[in-house]
Amino acid sequence: MERKIRVLVAKPGLDGHDRGAKVVARALRDAGMEVIYTGLRQTPEMIVTAALQEDVDCIGLSILSGAHNAIVPRLCALLKEHHLEDILVVLGGIVPDADIAALKATGVAAVFPPGARLDDIVTFIRTHVRSVAAGYQP
Amino acid sequence: MPRLPSHPGAVPAAAAPARHPSPTEQRWESDVLVPALTRHPDRPEAFTTLSGTPLQRLFTAADLPADFDFEREVGLPGAPPYVRGIHPTMYRGKLWTMRQFSGFASPEETNARFRYLLGQGQTGLSVAFDLPTLMGYDSDHSLSEGEVGKCGVAIDSLEDMEALFLGIPLGEITTSMTINAPAAVLWAMYLVTAERQGVPWERLAGTLQNDILKEYIAQKEFIFPPEPSLRLVVDTIEFATLRTPRFHPVSISGYHIREAGATALQELAFTLRDGIEYVERSLRRGLEVDAFAPRLSFFFNAHSDFFEEIAKYRAARKLWCRIMQERFGARDPRSWMLRFHAQTAGVSLTAQEPMNNIARVALQALAAVLGGTQSLHTNALDEALALPTAEAATIALRTQQILAAETGVANTVDPLGGSYFIERLTLDLAAGAEEYFARIDAMGGMVGAIERGYPQREIADAAYVCQQRLERSRQVGVGGGEAGASDPAVVSTLQIGDEVRVAQQRKLERLRRHRNAETFGRSMDALRRAAEGSVNLMPALLDCVRAGATVGEICDALRAIFGTYTETPAA
Repeated sequence: MERKIRVLVAKPGLDGHDRGAKVVARALRDAGMEVIYTGLRQTPEMIVTAALQEDVDCIGLSILSGAHNAIVPRLCALLKEHHLEDILVVLGGIVPDADIAALKATGVAAVFPPGARLDDIVTFIRTHVRSVAAGYQP
Repeated sequence: MPRLPSHPGAVPAAAAPARHPSPTEQRWESDVLVPALTRHPDRPEAFTTLSGTPLQRLFTAADLPADFDFEREVGLPGAPPYVRGIHPTMYRGKLWTMRQFSGFASPEETNARFRYLLGQGQTGLSVAFDLPTLMGYDSDHSLSEGEVGKCGVAIDSLEDMEALFLGIPLGEITTSMTINAPAAVLWAMYLVTAERQGVPWERLAGTLQNDILKEYIAQKEFIFPPEPSLRLVVDTIEFATLRTPRFHPVSISGYHIREAGATALQELAFTLRDGIEYVERSLRRGLEVDAFAPRLSFFFNAHSDFFEEIAKYRAARKLWCRIMQERFGARDPRSWMLRFHAQTAGVSLTAQEPMNNIARVALQALAAVLGGTQSLHTNALDEALALPTAEAATIALRTQQILAAETGVANTVDPLGGSYFIERLTLDLAAGAEEYFARIDAMGGMVGAIERGYPQREIADAAYVCQQRLERSRQVGVGGGEAGASDPAVVSTLQIGDEVRVAQQRKLERLRRHRNAETFGRSMDALRRAAEGSVNLMPALLDCVRAGATVGEICDALRAIFGTYTETPAA
């Protein structure tokens, strides 16, 4: 049986605005992926533990508070520590253009700002998760 | 054609009455409309409101109920049911308050932005606090890392509140504070700041958001469980009734409910039902309805569907008037009037082609003005990217000034009153909201509904439907995609570094070293005793603030007694 793409949708930081996380979670599920939603106020440690336990292919972070420069590098470092750097990390939220290059350098594959289309997010994940990168069809 | 039913998933609207077009209209339909449609059919898309309600081609007198009594259902401005506005002269007497929400980085930097905005003609202040403050943590808490001063100003103690308003006479301006779970604590800091400026509390005017119910429903910045949270809200209502007659202790907020994905109808219904809950709780405390109801205020979203928004505000005024008269027996006309602030829809702004946001905001602001708002915040064009720069904030304020001074829309009262379409939309939104009220009443009120996850689920469902519809309608032109992939950065954004956190930490260390430990300890003990009992907590909170207690210390003491609230994740 084909394995479905597994995505952890995570909401780190103190912010409670969860509209984006929930809408994206639903869109990924409708696109045939297995989606685990962490709920609010997750630390990078909690997110990495969940990613490990759930054996996910992708982590989708939702950060609207401007805390991305503190949270994302910590999360990516933890992933490396646990040898999980092949998990695709994508970020959605309010992120100034000037921050994007540095976020990508730490390991974020794509940043989706307000106005991004659900189809584009689905397609990006489908074409960039490790199973595809490793050369076989999901 | 079925008329204005709610979107799927929402409470179905009452069955539309049969339409009885006049002979002239029937003739027009056969002689003019049908031949025209044969040559030029309607555009292929579905015509609906932003909330998904199907719209017919044309509204005429036949769309109002046969027994529609305009004087009773709509009436005149400044008279019940206030559909046309709460003041008889509306903006001819006084323009709306231009109240731009702002706050970032340190109290000193926000103070400078406040003074700048006041210098540019802004007429009221509105404070945005950072997330640690909103969640009741000090700037040096581990969970505050990366968040200090980021989406609002960092306030840890009285010293910060005094710095925030340095040189701004609190007796002469009105201040709105967007703070919810720890609202009583921050309000105590504001009151003591006024005390130190020598301003009597009776002269203070402004608004505390202090609407905790919408936090469980939508914005999710809660600390304590619903019951102790509601006790704090009623404590502030009671204290305001006795001590600050010009202050609005609660701003019952639909804004966040809408931003979280609700339809216009859901925003209207859940917000007013929250208002009913606060009134019921205050009555249970033993307050007289007319003693506090005149100081309840509301806060609505100004979204993109122009006419639906205008009808929403008109329906809100009508419903609140009837609720206060019939459900609560209020006698003072000021209790019947729904006053509101409006803010344009942050969620409608895009990071791509951000200059387009100026046009979006201007049109949303126009809807709020035509809907009779008392005050208005217009969002800045760069808010899908970061907090606004001074330039972007100025354009947002200028947008309101242009509306007021150049368009003529403030020159006559309720210019859209009597429009068949607007009046029909107003009737349907009010009827739909009443069905939601009945449903929530049957769940034991808003707390019961929240515990079942009912409003949360309704909003999440509507958000998904709305996003799919939006993507279909934006297929041409105003597109999206991955950031940095398509367009070059056309705006420079405000950057807030970690130095704010470092500076706040230093201030906290100094405060803890220099404050009188005995006074501090005594006032904190008194707060704990008060919280374990059932007395009004405001006096104890004021003493803690005077003794130099921080937001985090006070909230920790209350967490230990009230417990904390965690939401079961659902997506």
